[in-house]
Parts: sequence; C-alpha cells; structure tokens
Amino acid sequence: MIGFSTLFYKELLRFWKVSFQTVLAPVLTTLLYLLIFSYVLSKRIEVYPGVSYTAFLIPGLVMMSMLQNSFANSSSSLIQSKVTGNIVFVLLPPLSAMDFFGAYLAASVVRGFMVGLGVLLVAQIYALTPPVHIFWAIVFGLFGCGILGCLGIIAGVWAEKFDQLAAFQNFIIVPLSFLSGVFYSIHSLPPFWRQMSRFNPFFYMIDGFRYGFFGLSDVAPQQSLLIVAASFLGLSALTIGLIHRGYKLRG
Amino acid sequence: MTTAIEISGVHKHFGSLHALRGLDLTIEQGEFFALLGPNGAGKSTLISLLAGLLRPDQGYLRVLGHDVVRDYRLARRSLGVVPQEIVYDPFFTVRETLLIQSGYYGLRHNDAWINTLLERLDLSDKADVNMRALSGGMKRRVLVAQALVHRPEVIVLDEPTAGVDVELRQTLWAFIQNLNSQGHTIVLTTHYLEEAQEFCQRIAMLKQGQIVALDTTQNLLASFERRELRLALDSAGLPESLRPLLRRSIGSTHILDLPSLGCLEEILGIIRQSGAQIEDLSLVEPDLEDIFVSIMSEQASV
Ligand SMILES: Nc1ncnc2c1ncn2[C@@H]1O[C@H](COP(=O)(O)OP(=O)(O)O)[C@@H](O)[C@H]1O
Ligand SMILES: [Mg+2]
Repeated sequence: MIGFSTLFYKELLRFWKVSFQTVLAPVLTTLLYLLIFSYVLSKRIEVYPGVSYTAFLIPGLVMMSMLQNSFANSSSSLIQSKVTGNIVFVLLPPLSAMDFFGAYLAASVVRGFMVGLGVLLVAQIYALTPPVHIFWAIVFGLFGCGILGCLGIIAGVWAEKFDQLAAFQNFIIVPLSFLSGVFYSIHSLPPFWRQMSRFNPFFYMIDGFRYGFFGLSDVAPQQSLLIVAASFLGLSALTIGLIHRGYKLRG
Repeated sequence: MTTAIEISGVHKHFGSLHALRGLDLTIEQGEFFALLGPNGAGKSTLISLLAGLLRPDQGYLRVLGHDVVRDYRLARRSLGVVPQEIVYDPFFTVRETLLIQSGYYGLRHNDAWINTLLERLDLSDKADVNMRALSGGMKRRVLVAQALVHRPEVIVLDEPTAGVDVELRQTLWAFIQNLNSQGHTIVLTTHYLEEAQEFCQRIAMLKQGQIVALDTTQNLLASFERRELRLALDSAGLPESLRPLLRRSIGSTHILDLPSLGCLEEILGIIRQSGAQIEDLSLVEPDLEDIFVSIMSEQASV
C-alpha cells in the first residue's frame, strides 16, 4: 500500500510541479475553443430544445479536455521515464503490477479532473445552469478519465520514442475525441456517420457526461454507462496483464 | 546459511545475439565479489537479470534463495542495484528522490537512514538541490544512496567508479568496504583492475557471455606464473641467448619475461657464464591486469 501511494504521490507531484503546462495551458486552449465555436455557431444551432449551443458545447469541451489530459498524463510520464532511463527507479523495487497500474491510473484521473474543473470554472463567464444529475456527470468523468488513463499507460509502455507516442495520440486519440459529438449531436449527422459514431466509445463518455448536465442525451445514459464501464474493465485487465508480463518494460 | 546469489544455467538472447551462454555462478553471503570482462561481455545484462529488469530465456537466478521472477518481492527487497548509466528524475531534489525511493520499498519513516546515507556519501549539503543541478559524480553517489535506502543485504554496483574523480572514488570505496565489513554481500563490475585486486576476495571473468575464470583473487594471482625480471648489468650487457625473453631495455637495465619462477636459476646461470656482472635484480609480481589480458587473449585464439 505504501508502494502504491508513494508512486501515486510521485506522479501527482510530477505534473503539479509543472502545472503551468499540465493544467493551466489545457484550460486556456479549451477556453479558446469555447470562445470561438460559441461565437461562430451559437446563433445557428439549437441541439436540444431550450438548450443554447454554448450551453450544449461546454460539457462536451470539459469532458474532451479531461479525456485528453488523462491520456497525456500517464503516457507522457512513462515515455519520459523510459527515454531518460529513470524508469528503473520504479522497476527495481518490489511494486506489483496492481501498484504500478493503480498509481499511474489514479494520477491520470486526478489530472483529468483538475483540468475539467478548471474549464468549468472559466466557463462560468457564460453563466451556466448547474448540472441536473451531478452524480451521473462524475461517474462518466471517472470512467472516461480511467479509460484514457489506461490507454495512456498502454501507449507509454508500447512507445519507444516520442514520435511513436505522438502518432498514437494524433491517429487514435484526437480523431476519436473530435468525432465523438463534442461539437454536435450525432442526430444532426448523415445516417452513415451517425452509425459510425456508435462504434466510438468516446461518444458514450461524452453523451453520458452531457446527460449529467441537462438530463438529455442521444442514447439512454444506462446504455452508455454499460458500454463505458465494460470498456474500462476490459482495458484495465489488458493493461494490468501487459504490466504483469513486463511487456516492453522488462525485456 | 543461504547463498547470497545463485545463478544457474542462465541464457539470454537479444534477437540473434546470444548475450549470456549458460551462466552458473554462486556467491556466498558476505563476499566481496568482482565481475570483470571487456565491454559487451554481458556483465550489465547479468545484473539486469538479477534485478528483474530483464528476464532470462532459460535458467534461474536467486537472491538470498528467492527466485527473481517468481518471488520477485522478496528478491528485490534483498537487493540493491546501482545501474551503470547515470539516470535521475529531473523533477525532484536529492532528498525527495530518496524519500520517494524509500516509499517504493514500503518504508515511510526513513529520514534517519537517509541522513546517514547523505552524510556518508558526502551529499548532505546537496540534500535540497534539484537533481539536475548536480555534477556527474554527485548523481552517481545519489544512485548509490538510492540503491541502499532499503538496507539491502546484497548490493550490486555496475561500474560504480566510472567517471568519478580520484578523491571521490576513495570515499566510495571506503563506504563500500564498510558495508562489506558489516556483513553485506558486495558484487561489482569495474574497469579499474587494480581496484578489484585491492578490494575483492573473489573474481569471475566474463567473456562473450561465458565465465572464463572464477577463483579467489589470491589463487588467480598465484596461478599466473609469468613475472617480470629486472636486471641491471654491467657493460658486458645481456647475453645473446637471452634476447628472446627481452621485453625492453632502459639503459643498462633489461626487463625480461620470466615464464615461471623455475626459469630464474637457468637465466642467472647463463649470465654468470657470459661473464656479465649483475648490479641489481628485482622480480615484479604479476597483477590482475596481466592475468586479465592473458586470459582474454588466450580465449580469443580458441
Ligand atoms: N537491451 C539490449 N538490446 C540489444 N542488445 C543488448 C541489450 N543490452 C545489451 N545488449 C548487447 O549484449 C551484449 C552484452 O552487453 P552488456 O551486458 O551491456 O555488456 P557489459 O556490461 O559487459 O559491457 C552486448 O553485445 C550488447 O550490445
Ligand atoms: Mg556494462
């Protein structure tokens, strides 16, 4: 337990010491998205009756920033440690696969939530109404950040160089998160793309998270929760298995 | 008493490279052991296998009787490893680094021992300095401290004195010797053979993934018969028949290769017969370097 909590603490410290880049910068980037998209589109679109486009956009952007930062946290910590060689400091001690997995995952979720809260805070310039089902929002936030934390661990363990990690991010994470309905409801898409979106797990994270804010969603939140929870459990099992086998960590 | 390190039938491949070819080695508790060999012999690979950073393709390794793969928790708790490469985490200070490393071993209140380590390794005034701001030699000493935070019984150092200046090297040796005298098993690799000769009781020489010599330092030195004979002769000079043994001459001093002690009598006889007078004579004992070079070149011709 001390082993786990120390690694968790070290991972928190790692991003907190550079919180300017790891928390403030992503909040600012997301704020820019919000300002631009809401300015350009707010007059034209009303996704749900009675919900302005800006109000619709905010939870999506919050969740997207949470997901991206959860991924960034575990993946960049691992690749940095591997490239600089200081990964041996966590490979030499008697830490179990669960300690290792749990610590990187938990730190990723914390970073995701810090960025998410930061975005929500600055989004108050638009005077939001508070979430109607905050519990649902938190649950989807946890699972979403958990999934991306797992993906970050897998990518960080797999990649040997920074550009491989960048490829993973640019070709998998970014497309999936942009095509997940952050900026639109999938009901506004042509049938083919609407169908495709249903294979994107990110869609269910965002849709479920948004349900927590408005009580309105594209699919039933129970269904989203089932898919998101199953994805999380499956990915966790895969990640723990990889760490346990020493995949790319203990050659 | 359980053995400190037990290595049996260990093979390791990197792709098509057969880096370790069936290694067997047993090191008892309390030994001060040196692992020698040219670059690429497989010393660091063996240490990584012991530490669980790599996994063997075949065979097993045990630390204090604990299999490094199956009983990894107990094995790693008993082992402290100082890696060959200088690595550090640039986010932390020296003290933070050591506190965090203690936590990984499940130790929470380790400040007293950390302070002792800092003091013994001459790092006290750097405790709150960021790792980035330390010199190479200091970073290496932090690595030594990191390997010792959990007071391991078996300590493995991979070229601990590489790139460390003479004064610090002595501090480090005194420290390591002290640990050994307290009962810790020490295993190290080094490029400075005189260090191994001075400090280590037993030596294994590794070449291309195989052990080519394994004995006590004393036996290795004694079994090596070649010595150097220094003769200062008068103007009559060195007899022609001894020319083949001549390594070099400095003025009237001739340095001869003495294949074995038994040849000494014969050589002196030849000189007496030639009428030359011996003005001075000395025997130079072999050192580890001679043995190392000889063993490494012997095997190359096989
Ligand atoms: N991770 C690795 N991948 C591929 N080859 C390696 C790896 N580590 C070591 N080697 C190779 O294995 C051999 C033994 O290396 P090493 O154990 O570092 O030797 P030493 O420490 O005795 O100098 C060398 O030929 C080296 O190039
Ligand atoms: Mg080496």
